[in-house]
This record gives sequence, structure tokens and C-alpha cells, in this order.
Amino acid sequence: MSTTSNDISTEEKIIWTILEEVKDPEVPVLSVVDLGIIRKVEVNDEQSPSSVKVTITPTYSGCPAMDVINMDIRLKLLEKGYKKIQIEQVLSPAWTTDWMTEEGKRKLKEFGIAPPNPKQQFCKEEMFAEEIVECPRCGSQNTRLVSLFGSTACKSMYQCKDCQEAFDYFKCH
Amino acid sequence: MNPVSPLFYYTLHLADNALVLGQRNAEWCGHGPVLEQDIAITNISLDLIGQARNLYAYAASMYNGFSEKEKESCEKQLPRTWKAFGRALEEDDLAFLREERQFLNVLITELPKGDWSMTVLRQFLFSAFQWQQYRALSSSPDAEIAAIAEKSLKEVSYHLRWSAEWVIRLGDGTEESRERIERSLQDIWMFTGEMFQAAEFELGEYAVDPSTLKQDWRDKVSEVFLEAGLTVPAADWAQSGGKKGVHTEYLGYLLAEMQYLQRTFPNATW
Repeated sequence: MSTTSNDISTEEKIIWTILEEVKDPEVPVLSVVDLGIIRKVEVNDEQSPSSVKVTITPTYSGCPAMDVINMDIRLKLLEKGYKKIQIEQVLSPAWTTDWMTEEGKRKLKEFGIAPPNPKQQFCKEEMFAEEIVECPRCGSQNTRLVSLFGSTACKSMYQCKDCQEAFDYFKCH
Repeated sequence: MNPVSPLFYYTLHLADNALVLGQRNAEWCGHGPVLEQDIAITNISLDLIGQARNLYAYAASMYNGFSEKEKESCEKQLPRTWKAFGRALEEDDLAFLREERQFLNVLITELPKGDWSMTVLRQFLFSAFQWQQYRALSSSPDAEIAAIAEKSLKEVSYHLRWSAEWVIRLGDGTEESRERIERSLQDIWMFTGEMFQAAEFELGEYAVDPSTLKQDWRDKVSEVFLEAGLTVPAADWAQSGGKKGVHTEYLGYLLAEMQYLQRTFPNATW
């Protein structure tokens, strides 16, 4: 019994709600659902006990948080009484920051990390091009790129020229 | 080289390229010229090692599903130590227990890190190639190779942009930075040609013939060198051997360091 997001059973809705309690270990305000890495939830309740299959996709190939996230999802589902749990990783289609929820972006900003710009409009691959990134603290757009790579694979470093604070930008991907 | 299971060889080749360069760049960890760039080069390492993991995991699962005849044809690539374990092949066995002559990476990935100019120049020359390769492989008829390539391509776009900017910064920088990057270019250029010499395992329909990528690669290199004030060397002679397992003296030392733990304490986990 496999269903897509357009046709979600009650049991699957419950799983989605449970997954909102699983946080990204590097950015603990974001749930794995906010991050957009949960691609599919399938519940087979024809068996007893029912089995759950969660399909996830990694943010970056080498992201060390993925192993922890896998384990956290498993532990959370065990805690909620599910016994037969399968977690499968898919690589395609490749994860993009456009899958992050609006709620996730709001939480990131509140946490002090600038949320990703929409990929199509802003994401720049040309050399020396700088995206306009809004300072999560003072809201100024007068900011500068310090480094393309930051404290984790998914972030780059910026500095606000108005309030002078350095901040992380969850780079669009 | 291996008419029975060329895709297995090809997957190892792609994985070895990523792992060896990832390990080499990781030598900068804690030694980068400034903190931000230390973080940048080790982030690139992390991406490359992540790509290698996906590829080794694919190679291992491919092998475990092979017929006896196919398995036999991969014999030369299997780690000797693993054979004593009596369990299925895993990604770590391929990374940490294969010997120097079993690695199929191109030589440019194993050269010493040198100074910063050598590191960023090598990254640029390799990323410009890897970007073309992954882009073409994103439409490989092999679904797993295509998925890994599609995923990795996004990461390599950042590596390419970052390293190209550094080539320009050093080439068009001070007298010393220019002198250094010119010297690095002289040393490394003869290792670029190998990337485009197709090995037999690169000629299957799942692969991309690297010789077809050379012109686009040259265009990218010329564009960046023009801005950096560097001249694309005319010499065409290439060092080669990596795709056959014949390496420079540098690879053995790299592997000795990287594989030390698994060789000393087989199957150690932490």
C-alpha cells in the first residue's frame, strides 16, 4: 500500500506530525520536515504490527548530520511505538533549498541564520557574483560575502555592513 | 581491461578520484592560510568524500548482486583483507583496504597539496573537468550513476566557482602570488591530459567518453586564465597511468595515512 503526498492516509499524517519533532542536529530549530528532506512516508497497516517506510534525501553528499538524522528518525518512531521501521535514502531528484518550508525559513531567521533565497531568482554561480542576502538581525540588505563556505556544508558566511554582525547564510542549493 | 563488469571499474574510478582528492585537501585542516579558507577547502573535502561514499556504496551493492562469473572478473579490484572477513562487501572495504595498484584515480588528484597556489589551481583544473563529467553523467542510462552525478554536480558548481576565483586572485594579485601560481601551473600541467584519455571502462553507454569533454574544459580554463593573466600552456604531452593503477610515488603515502586505522584494527567502528 503505497501512497503519494496527494493521497495521505490518516496513519501517514500521524507519521508526518511525529517527524516534525525530529530536528536537524546542526540547526536544532529546523525539523526534518522543514528542511524538505523527507520525500515519502508509507505505512503498511495490513501487517501487524504495521510497518513504516520513510524515504529521505541528503542535503549534501558528505553531510555528517545525515547519519544522525537517520538514527533520530528511527528512535523517534520507536519511542512512538512503531516497531518495523525502514529508512531509505534516495539521491534523485537532488535536494534543493526550494523544498524548505516557509515555516522553516521563518524559524531559521529567528535563530540568526539568513534563510536561503529562492534558487531560480537569486542563486548565482558566476564568479565573484554576490547574492543580496538580508541580515537576519537588523534586516539590512547592505551585507557582504565573507566566504562561500561556512561552519557546515549548507552555509556560507556573510557580514552585515550596517550592524557589523557576522552571520551564517543557508546558501541556496 | 574488464569486459565483464566495466561499470564496477568505472564506479571505482569515479569514487577514487573523489576520495583521493578529498583526502589530499583534508591535509589543510587546521593549516589553511586564514580560517575562512581553511573551512572552505575542508568543506570541499567533505563534499568529495561524501560523493566517494555514494559511489563506493553503489559499487559494493553492485558487486554483492553479481553472478559468480561477474564476481570473478572483479577479483583484481577486491581488497585482500576483506576476503578473510566472510561477509558482504561494504563501501569502507573499498576505500580503506584496497592497495595502491588497485586505485584507479587520475594522477592529478594524488599530487601533494603543495602551497596554496598549487592547491587552488589543481582544484580548479580538476573541478572544471569533474563539472563537465558529472553534468554529462546526469543523463547516464544507469539510474544510480545519474542520481549521484546530479547530486554531486550542485556541489562541484561551488568548488569550481571558489577555485576559479582563487586562480584569478593569485594570477592577478601580487608579484609573489603570480610567480607562485605560474610555477604551480608549470608543474601540474602535464597531469591534466590524463583526465581526457579514455580508459576502456569509460567507453560503455553508462559512461561519458572524457575525450569529448576536452574542448569545453579548455574553453573554461582559457576564460579564467585570461582574467588571471595566465597563459594556457601549449604543451600537450601527458603523464598517465592512474586509470590502470600505475601511480606516482605520492599515492602510497596518502593511503598509508588514510588506511592506517582500518589496517591496524580491521572493522573498527566508533
